[in-house]
Amino acid sequence: MKKTIITVVGKDTVGIIAKVCTYLADNQINILDISQTIVADYFNMMMIVDRSSALKSFGDMSDDLKAIGEGIGVMIKCQREEIFDMMHRV
Amino acid sequence: MISQYEVLETNEMIEKENLDVRTITIGISLLDCIDSDLETCKRKIYEKIRRTTDRLIETGNKIEKEYGIPIVNKRISVTPIALVGGACCKTTSDFAQIAKVLDTVAKEVGVNFIGGYSALVSKGMTKADELLIRSIPEALSTTERVCSSVNLGSTKTGINMDAVKLMGEIIKETAEFTKEDDSLGCAKLVVFCNAPDDNPFMAGAFHGVTETDAIINVGVSGPGVVRTALEKVRGENFEVLCETIKKTAFKVTRVGQLVAKEASKMLGIPFGIVDLSLAPTPAIGDSVADILCEIGLEYAGAPGTTAALALLNDQVKKGGVMASSYVGGLSGAFIPVSEDQGMIDAVVAGALTLEKLEAMTCVCSVGLDMIAIPGDTKATTISGIIADEMAIGMVNQKTTAVRIIPVIGKGVGETVEFGGLLGYAPIMPVNPFGCDAFVNRGGRIPAPIHSFKN
Repeated sequence: MKKTIITVVGKDTVGIIAKVCTYLADNQINILDISQTIVADYFNMMMIVDRSSALKSFGDMSDDLKAIGEGIGVMIKCQREEIFDMMHRV
Repeated sequence: MISQYEVLETNEMIEKENLDVRTITIGISLLDCIDSDLETCKRKIYEKIRRTTDRLIETGNKIEKEYGIPIVNKRISVTPIALVGGACCKTTSDFAQIAKVLDTVAKEVGVNFIGGYSALVSKGMTKADELLIRSIPEALSTTERVCSSVNLGSTKTGINMDAVKLMGEIIKETAEFTKEDDSLGCAKLVVFCNAPDDNPFMAGAFHGVTETDAIINVGVSGPGVVRTALEKVRGENFEVLCETIKKTAFKVTRVGQLVAKEASKMLGIPFGIVDLSLAPTPAIGDSVADILCEIGLEYAGAPGTTAALALLNDQVKKGGVMASSYVGGLSGAFIPVSEDQGMIDAVVAGALTLEKLEAMTCVCSVGLDMIAIPGDTKATTISGIIADEMAIGMVNQKTTAVRIIPVIGKGVGETVEFGGLLGYAPIMPVNPFGCDAFVNRGGRIPAPIHSFKN
């Protein structure tokens, strides 16, 4: 299973998680884990998702989510999990 | 499972501290393009490079997108052209025609530099080697993306002083040929002692004859990441300092290893090495000099600089070696002047001189790099500077290099602007005393006693 990490950073507002989750559901991307914090009004969310049955390519998903983020004033970034695994695990 | 803290740390390194993959370089052997007919040789070179690199840019962009890590440069290195063109090039202009083919193919593929317009003459020069060297001014002034390098010495062979003398003249001539662009040609020309076969960084990248048909070499970089990590241990002792550098170098290099393996898989070309070098850029915060300041110096060049650089270089290697299955290239800390804002500031403040930079090259990975000197510096003086640097490399069994730019029409106190990653530099004074009689002796300096290990 190839996991992808989605990070959302920006000013907190209503419906951030809803918008991201709706997009993921519409595209058959399964959420495995969500963690979220708010520091000084700044919204910080990390999602681990499984793209095994995803309807869209990684590049398209990444571009779509970036655009959704821009629409609600947050930055959304998609990265394959391996970069974090490599850097933080021996 | 990966924690939010780890994800944030990685992304802060990328977004705020300039962590990036500095280059994915495909090394290509052109030995099978050798032909006695120049036109056939040129066609074979063109076709082989195009065929091998057709998916390079696309692959780099894909990796960049999927991992969220910038890949700043995609580049090509080829077999030293003196070997490839030896059979068909009878004049310097014949060699320069091959340079034009390399330039054309680099532009078509979309890489910003192609390295390997090179000759390996550490012991002696063949007729072809000499022709290639003499063609460098023409080649670099009539092309945009071609980089040239010449290996002038090694620990095993000693130093070819005839070639050292010749290169002093060639550097001056290249400066003259490109004087309209502030002698930019010299920024694409480097001379080496102990040149590595698998260096992915320009201007010195070439695909050594010991290499396979095609290979992926990757250079990572993150001076800003190391400096930020060191900010958190200000005032702590050397043990803590060294451990921090080592751990950070490990993380940075792991990214390089991942990208190298992924690029290798996608392109179907074997993975060669990761080059661990800390390579600065002119961007603020992306500076090796700033790390030296964070270690405790007022400016790079202050007393203590050589020791600080030695420990930095060593810890980068210790951290990096475990992070990658194959390490090679130059691997260490680069100390170019024009490409590092902290170094430029140190020169302007009067803290950093050519002599101090020479001392620093004894303990870092390369040598005198991107240093602008007055345009009226004599060719023999440049050869003397090169000979000194080659001697450091030969005796210390390490790679050393000289990439020096005599800026025609400019003198000490003026500034030269190269643009882009090459940056800008204040022109540094050179020792005014002569070394003509030394340089003009001719012949070669024998290999040092400790090279005889058989």
